[in-house]
Parts: sequence; C-alpha cells; structure tokens
Amino acid sequence: MTGWRHNSLGQIDRSKPIRFRFDGSELEGFDGDTIASALLASGVRVVGRSFKYHRPRGIFSAGNEDPNAIVDVTLDGSTTPNLRATTEKLRDGMSVASVNTSPNALTDNKRFIDWVQRFLPAGFYYKTFMLPGWMRWEPMIRNMAGLGSLDRNNHPPAIVPQINATCEVLVVGAGPAGLAAARSAVEAGDKVWLVDDGEELGGSLRWLGGEINQAPWEDYVRDTVEIIKNSGGCVLTHTVLWGAFDHGLYAAWDRGYPEKGRQWRIRAERVILAAGAIERPLWFANNDLPGVMLAESGLNYAKNYGAIAGRKIVLATGNNRSYAVAQGLSEAGADVILADARDKSDCPAESGDFETRYTATVQAASGRNGVSRVSFRDGNVEADCLLVSGGYTPSVHLWCQAGGKLDWDVKGDVLVPRGNMNRMQVVGAANGCFDLDAALAEGHQAGGGTGHAPKSQGQVKYHSTQMRPDRELKGRQWIDFQNDVTLKDVALADREGFRSVEHLKRYTTLGMATDQGKTSNFAGLAAMSTLTGRTIPETGTTTYRPPFEPVPLNSISGRRRANLFNPVKRLSLENVYREAGAQFREYGGWLRPSVYGTGDQAKLAQSEAYCARKSVGLYDASPLGKIEVLGPRAAELLDFTNYVRMSTLKPGRARYGFMLSESGVVFDDGVVMRIDDDRFIVSASSSHVEGVRMILEEIRQDRFGSNGAVTQDVTSNWTTFSVTGPRAAELLKSAGISLPALSHMDVIELEQDGIPMRIARISFTGDMSYEISVPSRYGRDLDSRLASGLGVLQGSRIGLEAVMILRAEKGYILVGKDTDGITMPHDLGWVGPREKRLDEYQGKRSLFTDEATRNDRRELVGLEGSDGDNPIPTGAHLIPGNEARRSLGFVTSSYFSEYLNRPIALALLESGLSQIGEQITWFDNGRTGTATVSSACFFDSNGGRLNG
Amino acid sequence: MQLFECPFCGKRSETEFHFLVETGKPRPEPSADVSAQEWTNYLHLQAALEEEVSEIWVHRTCGEFLILRRNTRTREIIASEPLPGREQ
Repeated sequence: MTGWRHNSLGQIDRSKPIRFRFDGSELEGFDGDTIASALLASGVRVVGRSFKYHRPRGIFSAGNEDPNAIVDVTLDGSTTPNLRATTEKLRDGMSVASVNTSPNALTDNKRFIDWVQRFLPAGFYYKTFMLPGWMRWEPMIRNMAGLGSLDRNNHPPAIVPQINATCEVLVVGAGPAGLAAARSAVEAGDKVWLVDDGEELGGSLRWLGGEINQAPWEDYVRDTVEIIKNSGGCVLTHTVLWGAFDHGLYAAWDRGYPEKGRQWRIRAERVILAAGAIERPLWFANNDLPGVMLAESGLNYAKNYGAIAGRKIVLATGNNRSYAVAQGLSEAGADVILADARDKSDCPAESGDFETRYTATVQAASGRNGVSRVSFRDGNVEADCLLVSGGYTPSVHLWCQAGGKLDWDVKGDVLVPRGNMNRMQVVGAANGCFDLDAALAEGHQAGGGTGHAPKSQGQVKYHSTQMRPDRELKGRQWIDFQNDVTLKDVALADREGFRSVEHLKRYTTLGMATDQGKTSNFAGLAAMSTLTGRTIPETGTTTYRPPFEPVPLNSISGRRRANLFNPVKRLSLENVYREAGAQFREYGGWLRPSVYGTGDQAKLAQSEAYCARKSVGLYDASPLGKIEVLGPRAAELLDFTNYVRMSTLKPGRARYGFMLSESGVVFDDGVVMRIDDDRFIVSASSSHVEGVRMILEEIRQDRFGSNGAVTQDVTSNWTTFSVTGPRAAELLKSAGISLPALSHMDVIELEQDGIPMRIARISFTGDMSYEISVPSRYGRDLDSRLASGLGVLQGSRIGLEAVMILRAEKGYILVGKDTDGITMPHDLGWVGPREKRLDEYQGKRSLFTDEATRNDRRELVGLEGSDGDNPIPTGAHLIPGNEARRSLGFVTSSYFSEYLNRPIALALLESGLSQIGEQITWFDNGRTGTATVSSACFFDSNGGRLNG
Repeated sequence: MQLFECPFCGKRSETEFHFLVETGKPRPEPSADVSAQEWTNYLHLQAALEEEVSEIWVHRTCGEFLILRRNTRTREIIASEPLPGREQ
C-alpha cells in the first residue's frame, strides 16, 4: 500500500463515490477517476503481470502510452478485454481483472517463469519451434503467454455511427501549442476543428499549470473554446485521432463519454499537429518494478485525481521539466528527493521544498512486488515510488503516417519532423519544442493569425542531458515493458545479426505490443545504435502505421454488420410468397423463395419440379436482369458485346447468347429480345446485371460514342413471372390473358385489362414457358390471377430449388456454377460463331490462343450415376480409373430428378464430349464411385416439349 | 482514402471508382492479324509506373468512363476528363 488519496487536490467529484472491484477486492473511487487513478489512490501496486516473464507490473503512466495497466473490464454483464486502465473512466459497478494472471495479479502462480528467464531469450519462439516435438510444447506456451480473455457472449450491437466531416484547419492536440494554433487559425478566418484525446483540454498545462497572457491557463482554454465554437468550428475531447490517410482524410475515434462513442472521418484542408510528446523512461536494473512511473504522469495523477503515487518519492531525471513535478508533489505532501544526472551548474535553482542530488543516476531498484529501495552509486535510498524522466519523444506518428520524414536533432536528442508538408505543420512538443513560450509562438504562427503570440509567465527554460541505457550496469534493464524485451535481448539481436530496426523489432518483438512501443521504440533504437556504432539516423526508425492507439473494431465496422453488411435485394411480392408458405434463401444477392411448405427441402424441391413437368409451375423471375439498349447503333453494339450476332434478330424475336470477357471467358449468358429495330432488352443473370451493364457501357462509351446507343437497367421496374410446363398456356388463359399463337423465342408487347405486359416464350426449364413482365405496381394483381388458376390445373408455385432441378435436367447452365474462370463458349458446345463470325466481337482473339485451342479443354457433359441412393456430390473430382490420380474435372451441379426417376449431374471434364458413353470415376473426400459420361441434356433432347 | 475527380460529378471517394486500363493502348484488331504476343500485351501488360500516369477509370455510381491523370507516387490528381469522341 503506497499510493494514497490527497484530501483536496484533483478534479474528481468527492460527493460521488464509485464502488468497483479489482481482482475480486472491493475498492472505491470517485466520479472523474480513471480506473488507473482509482487503483493508484487505493494503494494497489501490482495491476498485472508481464506478457512473457509474468513479472509484477504497476501503473506506469497516465495516458495511452502505458505498457502495463492492461485490464479486462466487466460492466453490465459483458466483458471487454485488454482495455488500458489509464484511459478508461471509472464507472459504478465495474469489475476489473488483471490480465495474464491466475488467480490474481499479486499472487500469480506463473511468477516462477521469471526465475527461468535465461532459458527464454529473444527469438525464443523461432528457436524453440525449430526443434522436433514442438507441437507438444505449443499448447503449454500458448497458455502461458497472452493478454486478456475474450468474452464469447459479448456482442456489442452495431450502433457506432460513422460521421463524415470537413474543416479548413484540423488541430490535433489541445495543449499550449494546439490551443494557440487553433485560436490564431480562427482569427485568420478558418473553420477550425480542435481534437484532443484527454478528458479536458489543456495538455500538459493540466498538471504543469501556468499563466498565459497574465491569466490562469484555464481562462485561456475557455476563451479559445468559445471563439472556435462561435466561428462555426468544433471541439472534441476524449477523441483520439488515430490515422492519417490519403488526401487529407483523418480518422478519429470519439470515446463519447458519457454516451456511446462514434467514429469521425474528417477531411481537412490543413492540419496542425500539436500532439505533444511522450516522456521516456529510464534504464536501470528492475526498472519495470511496480512503483516506477513516468515523472509527469505522477504529477498528472496528483493534480487531476488527487492520487499521489507514494509517500517517499525519488524522482530520477536529466531535464528541467521534472523540477515542477518535484515541486508539485512535495507541495501535495510527499517526501521528494530529486536525483538529477547533470552537474549542478546545468540545473535550475535549488528549491527549499525538496532535496536535490546532482550527477546522480539510478543503478537499480529493488523490492518485492514493488519499489522499496533505490540504489545510487554512493548508497541506497528507501522509497516507495520512483518517478523517472529520460527526456521526451515527440509524437510524430501522424506526421509519419502522412508520409513525412524525420530529422535527428542532436541537441534536443529527438527525432523531429523534417520541414513542412503541404497540408501538415507540426508544432510544440511534437516538433521537439519543450519550452512553453516557444510552443505557444510556434502554434500561433502555424495558425496564420496576426498580432502577438500568447505569452506565459514564470516558466523555467528547457534543458536536458542525453539519457541512455547503460550496458555496464548489473541486472536486467527493460526496454519494452509490455513485450518483455530487455537490453540483453537487443544485444543478442545484434550478436545474431538482426541489426536493422525492422529486424530488431521482429526478432525481439520490441514495440510490437498493443502500446506499439510508445515508451520503448526510442530506447531500443538508441541501444542498437550504440551497439553497432552507428548514428540514430543511420539506424533508422520503424514504420508508423494506423492506428495510433487501439481502436475497437466495432467502431470501425460501424453499422455495416449483420443485415446491413451486405443487404439482400428483396422481391416486391415477398409477403405474398411468405403467405403462400415459401421458405427464403439468398440467390446471387436476392432473397427468393427456395421451396414452398415445410419439411425436407430436397424432397419438396423434387415434387415441385415434378409437378412443373407434369402440369405447370409458377415462379417469380423478377431478379432476372432487364437492360434496355436503345438507339440506331444498338444492334451494332450488341453484336460486338455478344458472342452470338444480334443484328440478324428480327423484331419480336429473342435469341440466346453469351457475353464474353476480352479474355474469351464466358462472363454471362442470357436471352436478348428485339422489341423494335432500335430497341433491345438484354436479360442478364440475376447476379450479373451490374457487371453486364458495365461492359455494355464500356464498349458503348469507348467504341461507339454516346449518340449511337444508350443503355439503362430497368430490372427493378418490372415484376416478371415465369409460367412453365405442358399446361402453361392453359394457366395464362385461366388468368384472362389471351394471346396470339407464339412459338419458342417469340416476344410480344400488349395491353390486357389496362395492364401493359411483355410476354416472351422463353424457357429456363426446357418446357414450354412464358415469361410475363408487368410494371411492378401490377405484380400483385397478376400474381393472384395466375395463382388462382393453379389448383384446377394441379399446378403449383415452385421455388428456386425446383427451377435448379428443371434447368439441370435440360442441361441449361448457370454461369459461375457450371462454368469457371477458364470456360469458353466452345467448351459448352457453342462452336458456331467462333468458326463462322468474320466481324470483330469482344473476346474473339482469345478464343484462338494456344490455350483456347487445346484438345484437352474441360467441356460440359452430363453424368449418369449416383452415390448410393444420393446424387453424386457436387464438387466431386473426376479422376482416371487406373492411373495415378489427377483431376480431370469436377461435378458442377447434381440433383435427383423425380421426373426422370434417377440422379443427374453436370460436370466439366477434360475432352468430355469425346468420352460420351464411357465410364468415369468420381472422387469426393476419399470416397469414389463410377458414372457414365453423357450429353448434358437429359430431357426432351429433340425439343418437342420446348417448342410444343 | 483518395478523392478522385469525376468530370461529371466532381470529387468522390476512390471506392466509387474502378480501374480499367492505362491509356494509349488501342485494341489490336482485326483479330485474325493480331499475334499472340500483341494480344497478351494488350490484355495483361500494364506499365504500372510510379510517376505521373494516365489511366481510364469508371465512376461506377454514375457509369461514366473517364481519363484520369494522376501521380501514383505523390497521389496527386492532375486532371480528369471525359473519354474523347463522346459527342459523336
């Protein structure tokens, strides 16, 4: 028990206590606390165990850079894993659990792993899993490593809104530089968005304090917010700007306290990056012990939460900013010793409130489950908290994500942005400027405002000395706390040749944890540069990629999940079919009736198909694409886009054809109807309509110019019924539709009882069929007229499963099911145009390549045979009966046909057409059987029924 | 996410666009006279340069094809125009 709650400091609301649990114990915090500040004030030191060695770990910082305080949080019955205790607000009834521990953080039963650490060097996994028998170890190792545990019942609803926004100037970070920049940009007339990930604006002012323009800094913040809002701008707190993308797009996750969060997509003309800097740790033996904390975080906890990290505090530093920290904590009542690595002559004036030691560097920290002693070269100091400051690393993440480069500033010991990019300027600590006045001036200038820059009062000038890991020190020095990488691991990587930063990172996992190396990357880089004798710029940095901070995936997916992920298209008469007992499935993006009634779907489909063969079947064919092609050059356009010539088609007739891609592969098939000389309707497969239209448009715009023809997709304007079977004409008659005699492939437009109709005698089943299209508003009326005649004729509504059987009986293909990415029309038996057409058409040259003219191409055939009582499994491979096994092709469609009383299948088979009548072996998941190769048409091969 | 310019609709998100081909590649025809190598080059060979390029894209939401000149290194959009011969 070391941390304690001050009785007056902080922004917390002491009238609102909040009860919560940590690893089972009941604790209390206040409204305004984060989980981390409440734990700290409650005296909890060990908040988790490290990833690899199960070392005890405590709260290390007060922001999103914290590598240790990772917790699982249960609230309202569901658990969210791996949250950062330092950035989560405390809420009533929260149950917080440490990760990677059992039974709890303090008495973790895998703490022995740390004693065998020398057997777990960097690259441990790479080395271990080269040995034989690694499979035996893997589950155990997996079990030992890791972070939080997933709550399988936690399905957050898809309700996170994603909002697009634009602004002229986006200011990232509302510390002194960001505030000055935002204010001066507003004064220059820009619409400004100011975004900060803290709960309040002010950045480091919130703990370091100070006066700006002779007034408390709080007044400056309040005025700035007011002028931004008054000028139409926006201020967001609790919002982390986590990604910079092309053309000025920025992603920001708004935690949205107290409501639910949201995701912002902000397009900014100009960005001023004032993201501040992250304090560096120090390196000495056991620098990862609980009780070791970043110096400014210690002051932040005291000033904003009244949580004081210890009673006896040692502050080890090498820079001037730490003096304000020591002052603040000693004023709060802690006993502070400041140990500065510099000579007294470089340091600020001594304070009467705390002891200062000069040229003092920490050699080691020791203690059981937390710091109790700090060792210097000349003796030990008893302490329960060790604050550290090894300098600052500018937060240049977004700059680098946006493509910016870095320069090495030797004097400041920092990597800073090189120059300014077109759309982004970096100011303040993010630019390596740690002086308050200078940061205010940089911000003011970047904002573009006129007049004097804001001035602060009474700040000590910034000075620092270079702090580095020291290889001569005894004991283990942590570089990366979250992934357990020590200085020795970096040295090992160097010895084994992994010297490039990108190799170092992957070999040791340095910087690869969920903190993304915010406190560790620089130390790793500096250590490697010392080991290899190269400079920091020569050693280089790893690549910065979004997200800057972990962002919940459900906020990125937003509302596009479940039903809204890829919404199905729905039939206008869906409810009519539901009432008629239909079951629905998705077919090519459309929700359509699969079968009618309840029970075994396959059996239902068979009897529906049987009924359609015996009498008449009725189904909704509206999803079938209807693309109108109009204009004097329409026929010419369709000739080019189609494998079969369409210009020779007479008005009132339809023709089946293929659309090929330029590579000669069948892209779609379907019927083209010619209504008039200059008016065609292309009926595309229901799932290919947009693709077919795009090809038509590409050819039209590229080859024909815009005045020769136009195309339009009118699919959704029409409701189409298909009536199929020997009694199809009778059903039309009973519905009151009187027709002139139509032959197969005739099309007419007519008006019946005031309803305009297009009726085509085209068939997808091989039986006499009529396709009747009416404007959708007449669909319901026509459906009830057609359906009421079904009973007398002993016909029925049929679902798509039955249609699949019927078309397979006839050998009609589905492109994409019975064809694949190499099927050409001659593989399907359509050789005529390839041999005879002299004019140019899409894909023509590809039909004559060496590949296209091979004699062992896979061709469409039928198969007769079965798998016991079942059809041959769809997808089964066809293999030679005797030789070494190899696939000669595969089964593409396979059904039991009740009408034929046997199973039937379609297949693509090498040289299939020349093997008709021969036996072939099929193979499916280890099972085999035999089948006889046949023509792909099993029904009405002479067309008597079709033409009937 | 880049903002591409459609000559008809203005700036739109790149996800609304679809790449077709680099410009300056007339379709070789008649096919009887086209060698296998010429056809392969036409179908599959894109220069994919990392510099200023000129490409044909389609703005899928309006269905218009366009010529887009852009710099693939800096992601700068230089110009956007309709296909030639649109008014014929």
